[in-house]
Parts: sequence; C-alpha cells; structure tokens
Amino acid sequence: MSVTIGAIQGTLTMAAPLLLASLGETVLQRSGVVNVGLEGMILTGALAAVLGSQFTHSAIAGVGSAAIAGILVAVVFIVFAIRLAANQVVVGVVINLMALGITGTVSRAVFGNQHTFVTVTGLPHLIANQSILSILAIVAVPLVSYWIYHTRAGLELRAVGEQPSAAAASGADVLRIRSLAAMACGAMAGIAGACITVGDVPTFQENMSGGRGFIALAIVTSGRWNPYGCLAAALIFGAAEELEIQGQALGLHLPHDILLALPYVVTLVILAAGARSGKSPASLGLPYRKP
Amino acid sequence: MKSSPIPRMALQNPVLRIAAQSAGAIACLLLLLVITLVGLRIAPGEGLHQLWTGAVGSAEDGRLYPISATLVETAPLLLAALSVGIAWRSGMFSIGAQGQILIGGLCATISAHVLKNLAPQFVCTVMLISAMGGGSLWSFIAAWLKVKRGVQEVISTIMLNYIAIHVVGWLVLGPLRAQGNYLAESDPLPPGVMFARLIPAAWSDHIQTTLHTGVLLALLAAPIMWVFQFRTRSGFNLRILGANPNAARVAGIHTEYLQLLAMAVSGALAGLAGAIILLGSTTGSLPSVSFGGTSGFTAIPVALLGGLHPIGALLSALFFGGLTQGCRNLEQNTGVSSVVIYVIQAAAVLAVVGIRAMKERSEEAGT
Repeated sequence: MSVTIGAIQGTLTMAAPLLLASLGETVLQRSGVVNVGLEGMILTGALAAVLGSQFTHSAIAGVGSAAIAGILVAVVFIVFAIRLAANQVVVGVVINLMALGITGTVSRAVFGNQHTFVTVTGLPHLIANQSILSILAIVAVPLVSYWIYHTRAGLELRAVGEQPSAAAASGADVLRIRSLAAMACGAMAGIAGACITVGDVPTFQENMSGGRGFIALAIVTSGRWNPYGCLAAALIFGAAEELEIQGQALGLHLPHDILLALPYVVTLVILAAGARSGKSPASLGLPYRKP
Repeated sequence: MKSSPIPRMALQNPVLRIAAQSAGAIACLLLLLVITLVGLRIAPGEGLHQLWTGAVGSAEDGRLYPISATLVETAPLLLAALSVGIAWRSGMFSIGAQGQILIGGLCATISAHVLKNLAPQFVCTVMLISAMGGGSLWSFIAAWLKVKRGVQEVISTIMLNYIAIHVVGWLVLGPLRAQGNYLAESDPLPPGVMFARLIPAAWSDHIQTTLHTGVLLALLAAPIMWVFQFRTRSGFNLRILGANPNAARVAGIHTEYLQLLAMAVSGALAGLAGAIILLGSTTGSLPSVSFGGTSGFTAIPVALLGGLHPIGALLSALFFGGLTQGCRNLEQNTGVSSVVIYVIQAAAVLAVVGIRAMKERSEEAGT
C-alpha cells in the first residue's frame, strides 16, 4: 500500500515540471509558434531558481527568478523567431545550445567545480510530499483550459494560430499576441525548471533538465494541444519514469529501457493516427510577416 | 554617386565571393571568440594561444596529436552536418541526427556481433553498410510520417531520438553483452575490424595518435554530397524544393519522392557517423548511454553556419572540431567549462539568422 502511495507521489513529482512546461508550450503552439527551445528555457529556469534561492535564502524568490529567467530566454526567441520571422526550429535549437553553454559556464563560475554539493533552500513540501509547484501545475490545467476556450483573449490566441491573416484583418495584433504567448511559455518553462531544482533536488548540475523540454513537446502534441490532454500525457510519462525507479527499488527485472521508450512510441502512433484530424493549429510553425 | 562598380563585379565571381564571405565569417568568429574570452576574464592573447595549441599543436613540440584529435572530432561532426544539410535543404527540418547516429552505431555493433567469425575487412564493410542502412531507415520513418500522415518532422524526430536512446540501452545491456561483462557497454570488437591508425607513432614522439581511416571516409563524403546536390537532376530538384516548395510542385517535381530521398540520404550519413565513431574508438564497444556525445545536435549549428552547403559544412565542421579540441585544452589549463563552445555556436547562428532576416526585410521594403 505504501508502495502505491509512494508511486503516486513519485509520479506527480515527475509529472509536475513536464505539465508546467507543456501547458506553456500549448499556449504558444495555439498561437501558431513551435518552440523547440523549451529544454533550454527549463534549464535556465533550473539554474536561476538555485541562484535566486541561494542569494535571497527564499525558495519563493528562487521560483520568481526562474520565471524571469524563462521570460528573458523567451525574449531572445521573440526577437528572432517572431519579430524577425526566422525559422522557429532554428531559433529553438540555438536557444537550447545557448542555455546549455550559459548555464554550464555560469554554474562553474559561481559554484566552482564542487557545484554538485551545493544545496540551497528548497520549497516546503505541503500535502502528500508534494511541493507547492506540483499543486500549482495541477491547478493550472483548468485555468489554462478556461482561458483558451472561454475568454476573448483565448479566442484571439486560437484565431492567430489558425489564420493569422484573418485574425489580423479583424484587428488582432498577431506579433504582439504571439510574443505574449512566448513570454507566458518562457515563464511556465522557467517555473518547470524551478520544479526540478528548488521543488525537488535543491542543487544544480550541468544539463540537469535531461530532455524534459523535449518530452514536454511530445506531451503537447500527444495531448492534442488541449490542457487536459497534456495532464493525461504528463501523468503517463511521469508514471513510466516512476515505474522504472520503483521497479529498480523493488528489485523487479523490468526491461526498463522498453518501459521508458513506450511513451514515445505511443506518442508517435497517436501522431500517425491523428495528425490530419485537424486538431493541430493550422498555421503551426509558419512565421508571420506584417503585410 | 553610386559606389564603384569594380568590387561589385569582383563579387560576381563565385570563387572570390565565397572567399570574401569565408574571410568575413572567420573574422566574425574570431571576434566572437575574443569577446567570449574577455567575458570569461581570460586574456584574449593567452586564450587564443591555448585554443590554437589544443586544436593544432604548437611548433615547439612538433607533435601530431592535437591536429589528429581535431580531425577525429571533425569527422562525425562533418557527416552529421552533411546529414542535416541535405534534409533541411529539402525543407525537412529534421533534428533526428542524434538518434540516427545511435542507430548507426547499434546496427554496426549488431552486424559485428552476428558476423564475428568472418574476415575482419568484410565485417568492417558490412558494419559501415548496415549503419548507413539503419540510420537511413530511422530517418525514413520520420519522412514517411511527414509525407503520408502529415506528422511534423520536428516532433517525430525528437520521439525517434528518444526511442533510439532506449533501444540502444536495452540491447546493449541485454543481448549485445556477454555473460560476465559488467561494464555498461557491448563487448569490445576484435582489433582487426577497427579502423587502422594512419600516423605511425614514430612521427609523433611515440605517442599513439588517433587519426584513422574513417576520417578519410568522412572527408570524402563532402565532395560526394556536393556532386549529388549540384551536379545531378535529383540534387537540382531538391534545391528547388527547399527554396520554393510551390514552384517545385508547379514545375511537376515529385516533392514527396524527393523528401523521402533526402531524408534517407540524411539518415545514411548520420548512421555512417555512428559507425565511424564506433570503429575509430579505442575498444569499439557501444556504451549503453551517451554514445556519440552531442554531435547530432551540434551538427545543426555547424550545418547552418556552413550555409547548408557541403563545402561550407566541411569548413564549419573543421572550425568547430578544432574549437572543441581547443576548448578541452582551455578547460584543462584555466578551469573554464568547455560547454562555453555552445554559446559561441549559438551566438554565431543567431548573428547569421538575424542578418539574413534583416536583409530580407530591407529587400521587401525596397521593392
């Protein structure tokens, strides 16, 4: 029984950063922009949370600095991919590289070579051994969903992602909406980074985001650009990772690599089956230039 | 008064134009290096010296080790950059080179495992071919999903990268490892199968250098890809497709076939990179995690900085191969993390992207 509870708690801990990042990316992709740089935003957020927490001795301030750092990375994305209309995949890839380089260099400069042993103030764990960020992630699902589907701003966001020129003709400022969506995505991804440091293991290691940004991209797509879909997909990915850890602890000889590969295979199959069902924002990945 | 017509005419000569562009690019990259070094509080002269010694070696010791290590670093980077180049040229923004490298290494290991009692030269050849085939197939999945099912290649190649990571982990820790091998890697290959070392130890103060025949294969791939892209009908159509998909369709070019072809070639090149990393290593065992480092990802900026052109990729891969080696030297002597190289790559690509976008904008404003 306690194993089951532990597994559920572990799943939530694994799923929370994935969920936060994928919600941010969902908002951005709904506006028609693919941000492959999610991984870099999470990594930057992770370091910013540790630094903020260390210098202010407050984990909440750490979360705040993670959000700000995520927004700063998003600004680079906005300038090149949205304002200058460069290829979104190129800018995203570059952001990942840049984040890897900058966080590695900065953490080495601040903590020296012993940076793995530095621990900072972590967030208090509230109920069920979950940090406040896990709960924030779950609460964000209905909020984001309501915002996308039931508010005027959410309608405009979706219009911009489907037919930017039509949205522009009816008075929407396409570039402004996309930029704001990118900033929201940056903030969410930054907080996702805080989730894996001050919310879980309060220390920083080079490249500690470990591919979570790419998993979050998979979650957005397999969740069909819907916050509740993201929740379901994030829990599946989280459970797969948790099952691997629990399996090792219990001495089960699961072929854990197969287990870990399964969510990706499932995502591919979902994509192959439903890519033309019209759920994907029609102008996804296409840069928009003012006429 | 208009500017003098002479420089403009000179720039119409393609060789001179490329030379001028390269010189400009090298000057900008050097400037970027100096700025980075200053930012890291390292004296630029000293830093550049460290980078140069690490990448090329110094005149005093006359050893060939650094330059040989640079070329070994360059080979997989070049193949992966060629792979990225041909896919992106056809309008397929694949970021799957990393997974294809893994599958290439895996297929090579499997064929060596199956054929272990045959003649080494034959085994080596089959390994190279199967790596190309495996990488090609892996890339083809993404291409097929895009062309037939409309799945974005960016997402599908990310999925395939992760599936590749776990397939390698599963097979290496399972069937590809003999009983009693407790290392997290496949069994070592017989020495006869591995690539021959090209520089006799006597030439380099009796230090064994790592330069191997695989590097020659990689260097050969660049002109072959140039011929394919610029001297064959498919290559010509492919470039039209990448430049203007609508025009290609109107001109009656089989866009689906071309994208599948480009992705298959792209996968084969990345797969070959995997085999070359494996056959050029010390033992030839495939590790269960992080085989091939990050060359599949860094190949993207390398290819972009080479203008998605095979010869550009060659120059760019040489530069970044050397920079990687140089940064290792810098790291040893100053404690600066070698990941700083990513910042340099990223800044260079952003500069290129930014300049191109501004140019397009001013051209649009002009017309």
